[in-house]
Formats: sequence, C-alpha cells, structure tokens
Amino acid sequence: MATRAIAIENVKTGEVTEAVYEHPLLIRLCHWVNAVSLFVMVGSGFQIFRAFPSFGAKIPQKDLLHWPKAFALGGWLGGALQWHLTFMWIYIATGLLYVGYQVFSGNYKQVLFAPRDIPGVWPMVRHYFFFGPKPPVKETYNPLQKHAYTSAIGLGVLSVLTGFAVWKPVQFSWLAWMMGGFHLARLWHFLVMWAILGFVFGHLVMVVLHGWNNFVSMLTGWKKDPEYVSK
Amino acid sequence: MNSRTDHRKFKSINRRELLKLTPVVALGAFAIPRLQKQLLKTGLGFSDWASAKLFRSGHLAPTFADSDLTPFDKFPVNDYDVDDPEVDFDKWTLTVTGAVQKPGDYTLAQIQALPKVTQNTRHVCVEGWDVIGRFSGVRLSDFLKMIGADPAARFVTVECADDYYESLDMATVLHPQSLLCYEMYDQPLTREHGAPLRLNIPTKIGYKQAKYLTDLKVSHVLEKAGYWEDQGYSDFYGL
Repeated sequence: MATRAIAIENVKTGEVTEAVYEHPLLIRLCHWVNAVSLFVMVGSGFQIFRAFPSFGAKIPQKDLLHWPKAFALGGWLGGALQWHLTFMWIYIATGLLYVGYQVFSGNYKQVLFAPRDIPGVWPMVRHYFFFGPKPPVKETYNPLQKHAYTSAIGLGVLSVLTGFAVWKPVQFSWLAWMMGGFHLARLWHFLVMWAILGFVFGHLVMVVLHGWNNFVSMLTGWKKDPEYVSK
Repeated sequence: MNSRTDHRKFKSINRRELLKLTPVVALGAFAIPRLQKQLLKTGLGFSDWASAKLFRSGHLAPTFADSDLTPFDKFPVNDYDVDDPEVDFDKWTLTVTGAVQKPGDYTLAQIQALPKVTQNTRHVCVEGWDVIGRFSGVRLSDFLKMIGADPAARFVTVECADDYYESLDMATVLHPQSLLCYEMYDQPLTREHGAPLRLNIPTKIGYKQAKYLTDLKVSHVLEKAGYWEDQGYSDFYGL
C-alpha cells in the first residue's frame, strides 16, 4: 500500500516539512480500544490469580507470589471474572478487526516481520542496547520494531488460545491437551501475560524515546517529519 | 508527487482525525458505577450465552487413569458454610418436584437401583485449582427418566442440607457424564464431600456441583440460578 504523504508549508516562514499518513483510522481505533481492554484483562487477571496464587497443588498450597490488591481490578474473584469475561470479547474483536484489516488492506507489509528483515535485526539491537551506530531508516518500521509488533500479535493470539483452554478445558480439550492439560494451560496463560507486559514496557519506553510526533501519529494517523522520508 | 498544504490546514486535518477516535471514549461507560454493573452483567450474560452455544452434548470430558487420581486426602473440601450440615441418613430422601410425572420422596436405595457409573474426571474450581477425582453414581438422565421428567423442561434446580442451591441447564443434565454421585474413590460419600448425595458434573465448574442434596426440581423457567450466581458468578459456567 502506497503511503500517503504531503508537504506542509508554513505560509509565514516558507518552511516546508513532510508528513505521512501512517495509521489508518481502524488501526488507531483498534490500538486504543486494545490498550484499554489489555489494561482491564491484566488487572482483572491479577484479581483472578489472587484467588489461587499458585500453579501447584491445592493441598498443600504453596503461593507463588502475593499480588497486592491495589494493582488488581474487580474487588473480588466474582467481580474480576465479570470484567475478564466481558472484556475478553472486546479484546478478541479488536484483535480480529486489526488482523483482518491488515491482511485485506495490505497494510500488514509495513509491520509484518519477514525473512528479509532478519539481516537488519542485529544492527538495530547493537544500536539500541550497545551504543552501536544508527542504521539508516528506510521504512516506517525498522526490523526490530517489526519483530516486536509481529511478536505482540503472536502473543495476543496465544493469550486468547491459552485463555480458552482455561475457560473451556472440556469443550476445547484438544487445546488444553496441546498445552499439557488444564493445569499447565493456566500457567501458559499467566506467562503469556507477562510476555505481553514485557512488550508493553518496551513499547512505552520507545514511545518516550521517539518523541511527540511519533505518539501523535497513533492519534491522528499523520506523522510529521518522519525520518524515513528523504529531505 | 506529494500534495502540498499549508500548516494551518494540516492542523485542522489532524484535529478532524483525532475527533474520529471519540468512539473509544464510549469505553468510559465502564467507569460510571451505575452503568458499570449493568454492562458487566450484560458481558457475563453474553459469555454464558456463548458458553451454552459451545456446549456439545456428545463431547465427553477427558477421563483419567487411576494412577492420575489426586489422593483422596488431597481432594479439597469446599463449602460456603459448614463442612457437615449433619444430615440424618436414616430419614434422608431426595424430594422431587416440578415438571415430573412421579414427584415425591426418593430413597438412596431407589436411586442406587439405577445403573452405576464410575468415572475419573477433573474437578475444576473457579478459584483456579484442579484435582482429578474418582466418582460413582447414577446418570442424571436415567434419574430423570425414572421420575418421568417432562422432556420439554429446560432446567433442574437442587437444594441442599446446608441451604446451598444450584441450577443446571437441561443439555448439561442429560450429558452422559452428569451424575447423581453417592461414592467417591469407591467409598460412600463422606459427610464433608456431600453425603449422602451430591452432583458430579465434569462439564461444569466446581460451584455448580452441589453437595448434601435434599431437593430436586425440574422446571421450564429458571427461578434461581444458584448461591454463588446470586453473588455475581456466571450462571452457566460450563467447562
């Protein structure tokens, strides 16, 4: 998909900057609805976890960690389940909308990690984590970003699949079986959540580092002065 | 070639695009206490509706080898009130009412005369833990035939010696693994596990598998979903 670009002219100073329409409306809507539903799913998930904060036997019960109630949503197990079982549908719906739109619009090409991106990963890692030189920016997303976003989608799918194995271990017994049974599916569901939280943390750090224009592009779709547009 | 625009026009384009995100604000309804309760109830109701759709009458819950059983002393005793509601076994009967041809009081011997089924199945608690137990009893479907239940009835509700109450949808009741259970681990039910009669429904979450049964009613409408359901848990909670 060709990205729409415009030149913005400041009539007073005559200065010209470029702007690119990076994020179509549906993607932006999905992003923010998903941000809210992810927050609800994690918060209520922790409250559900608090009812049995272990992955071992019930007798004797060895708690893995005591998660503070202040960082949980729903007040009690029943309340948290209401949040979880309500927002899971919103979470799934935005996920399907997002993936469906990306596939049918071809927009996925700017974000899907492909084999041709592999050579670019190491230089990016060197730049981000080991003070290496900054590789030239040619596309909307660099190879490492594509890797992160593609992984996040994969984790989203896994969060739903592990969730269904925990919610319906009989109707989806094959799913639970693939995960090593109900007992382990619950552990996978928990671990996938932490992996998603890891992505969110990295994502927020990058948003802060990449500055205001980058953040605004997820609100309006337009990114001013993108690095990958040659001047 | 790129189109050109002046910076004021670009600002207004941006404002318009930002305004298009307002539907996201609708989620804020969940933060309004009065709306929140209703919205979450609707969400849970949708989940229950989907659960009923996902339920397959012919699909059996996984069964396990004897070597997979959780030792009997590690099978948790869970109740909302007392471990032992002090049922008088000599006087005990199951009182059957509702849309049935033969209402009345049924003795344990009458129930046990039906074909006995034994199964090693997983018991999942809403809290998140699970155990594999050995349960014996008679199929609820056989019992419904015995009492002449109306085939068009939609629910079975039970009441218990500890004043607990529960309900089951008819599709689940008629599932071949849904039992009126009188033995666990090849021994008569102990008092804390629900003697003399309890439900064992491997397609349902633990709180739906009521213990210390005293009354069973077949009905066309759901009068009360259950003790925990009234506190806010799912009405259906099928596994």
